[in-house]
Amino acid sequence: MSEMIAHLQLGFGVALSLQNIALAFAGCLVGTLIGVLPGVGPIATIAMLLPITFGLDPVGALIMLAGIYYGAQYGGSTTAILVNIPGEATAVVTTLDGHQMAKQGRAGVALGTAALGSFFAGCVATLVIAALGAPLTKLALLFGPAEYFSLMVMGLCFAVVLARGSILKAFCMIMLGLLLSTVGTDLETGQERMTFGFPPLSDGIDFAVLAMGVFGFAEVLRNLENPETRDVVRAKIGRLLPDWNDIKQSIAPVLRGTAIGGTLGILPGNGAVLGPFASYTVEKKLAKDPSRFGRGAIEGVAGPESANNAGAQTAFIPLLTLGIPPNAVMALMVGAMTIHGIIPGPQVMTKNPELFWGMIASMWIGNLMLLIINLPLVGLWVKLLQVPYRLMFPAILIFCCIGIYSVNNQPVDVAFTALFGLFGYILIKLGFEPAPMLLGFVLGKLMEEKLRQALIISRGSFMTFIERPISGGLLAVAVIILVIALLPSISKKRDEVFTE
Amino acid sequence: MKKLAIGLAATFALALAGGAQAQSKYPEKPITMIVPFAAGGPTDIIARIVGENMSKTLGQQIVIENVAGAGGTTGITRALTATPDGYTIAMGHLGTFSAAPATYPGLKYDPINGMQPIGLAGGTPILIVARKNFEPKDLKEFVAYVKANADKVNEAHAGVGSVSWTTCTLLKGQLGVPKLNAVAYRGTGPALNDLVSGQIDFMCDQIVSVAEQVKADTIKAYAVASAERSPALPNVPTTKEAGLPEYQIEAWNGIAAPKGTPKEVVDRLVAALDKALKDEGVKKRLLDLGTVLPSAEERTPAGFGALIKRDADKLSPTLAAAPK
Repeated sequence: MSEMIAHLQLGFGVALSLQNIALAFAGCLVGTLIGVLPGVGPIATIAMLLPITFGLDPVGALIMLAGIYYGAQYGGSTTAILVNIPGEATAVVTTLDGHQMAKQGRAGVALGTAALGSFFAGCVATLVIAALGAPLTKLALLFGPAEYFSLMVMGLCFAVVLARGSILKAFCMIMLGLLLSTVGTDLETGQERMTFGFPPLSDGIDFAVLAMGVFGFAEVLRNLENPETRDVVRAKIGRLLPDWNDIKQSIAPVLRGTAIGGTLGILPGNGAVLGPFASYTVEKKLAKDPSRFGRGAIEGVAGPESANNAGAQTAFIPLLTLGIPPNAVMALMVGAMTIHGIIPGPQVMTKNPELFWGMIASMWIGNLMLLIINLPLVGLWVKLLQVPYRLMFPAILIFCCIGIYSVNNQPVDVAFTALFGLFGYILIKLGFEPAPMLLGFVLGKLMEEKLRQALIISRGSFMTFIERPISGGLLAVAVIILVIALLPSISKKRDEVFTE
Repeated sequence: MKKLAIGLAATFALALAGGAQAQSKYPEKPITMIVPFAAGGPTDIIARIVGENMSKTLGQQIVIENVAGAGGTTGITRALTATPDGYTIAMGHLGTFSAAPATYPGLKYDPINGMQPIGLAGGTPILIVARKNFEPKDLKEFVAYVKANADKVNEAHAGVGSVSWTTCTLLKGQLGVPKLNAVAYRGTGPALNDLVSGQIDFMCDQIVSVAEQVKADTIKAYAVASAERSPALPNVPTTKEAGLPEYQIEAWNGIAAPKGTPKEVVDRLVAALDKALKDEGVKKRLLDLGTVLPSAEERTPAGFGALIKRDADKLSPTLAAAPK
């Protein structure tokens, strides 16, 4: 314990230098801004800003880049709440209730809850990393391909059981998402699948392209239909900050979200994506009146937002302690560290303690700054909703296009987004929720990869998923959920609750 | 009036000279260097380190554009089909320039005959690494073990077309076990994770990706597949010392331009690259990565072209026959 305090002292000593505070602030500000702009994600931004950090010392550079990363995570929920566009895979769930809250004139409350929940989760995650970073990496190493596959099966079972509206429609959308994720080059054989010989499809469909299309463009199309009922702006803006009642409702979801998100964030292979979704399903399951979810339940914002931020931070654990990046942004951080002459590995903690602890301390400072930047801005963001549609829609479309282009520098991606926009519009008209499809899509690639890896390692034996204790346990939970959901008495009740 | 006359004369003289000087004025605007992989990877890092210094020499910014996809062939295709004016160049590697023709039958560029090589930027030694508790103790035991237990051993790689896949496929071909169980991952990171946790037995990868894990003793290294030991891991023997001399392969990165790029432009780029590689700061950064600095010969278009051809000839038979 005293050792941890000494370490944190060292860290805060580094992070509280004037230069590093300024860099953390700059990173968080830039991150928030790009997070708010739909489509421009942290990956593109960090890649673009990498050359600027050449002149800085490594600690300062990493503090700024990390600030961009969690700033973007936070800013992404702002767009999800206000205009129903998830900037990041982790913000998909926030659209469900956050945007409904905005429609009811509670945009400020939703944004405030997200900010406070994220801050709390960030503080806890920082302490967890400081105290348990090294031992927790063992958890990451317990998860092989089989365990990971079973975890995702469980996640999808939750998704089907707890989806809004018709269970059949939710199931169809998840399956569609899984199928879309199989487009592209086969990982094992290098064969192209469902690309119709069209080169831009050979790497599959990008998440940003699909999400911007079915959420961003489709949302704009839907709103153009009836310009009279400007649902977002129609209602008065209302309070900007959550009141005591809101806070009371949010405390438990924030705590649970932090625990869930923090744990999943440690897992390799972008476990952080699962965090918000798991938190949302847990909250819905625990709620006295689950029918409120999808209609502006504050728990549906508080839980997932906390999970998102906790996961965003614990995702640094595998990077800092093992030297292994769990997702694309972390891979970019590896690059940034390498350019600055620090090659990430298990020895960073002992060889560069000022970097390791400085970064951890700066995470807490960054969270504080996000709160300082964002709480006063809540009013400003909400005012954005009053911008006339004739200005806002073209702006959204332009920013989406810039963002999509910046992901891969491929013009064809923009055209694809437009196609998915039409597709998303049809889905809305037919009463299908796009969120389960996006979940299926995000998990599909990983699931296929892990399934095949596990089967190759086990020489084709499916028993591997049951024989391995963690994997078997996760599958057992999945089966229990399905059985409960399909039991006649409960499924009847479920229909009453979930069908609109 | 006199002023005007001088002005006119000067304009006229400039206009006359303009035609002749157009090429020597290169570069007049920023140069795009396409890196066919995601930002932050080994090729991207080398491109950024070298590109930054070349920008200073050329007096114009070299902008790195990451165009990832299809094992790097998407980005290289775009670079090599651009206007050959020196404003679009590419940083490719062993995979995109030497292995791609055998790996991707429908490849839309020809790195041997349809490309203007500029020069090699750096070579990265390949390491054979294994999980910490894998039974064989050294490379000789490893070779024997893999041959005897071909149905049990698992190899990890970062996807068809990647450096780890290319180099390990060559190794398996030379060991006579081309069908050895190969587990594909999306990138080196996840593959390394499963190697550290012991799910996978061994893999081949660039020293920059695995050296820190070897130093921390979370995985073990059998040998480095180059002529000399690497200063980054001086205790790891070469394949020659350890008893597998025929396995020699390096994951180099080098710059190329579209075919038909004017000679003056090529010369400027070659000189700028050479100057960058002589800069102490650049040298130190590259050496810290475990990179082997290219020889004077390899920094020339002819030398780099010969390297591309030599490795293409070495890899093609194995890759074309590899189970994909």
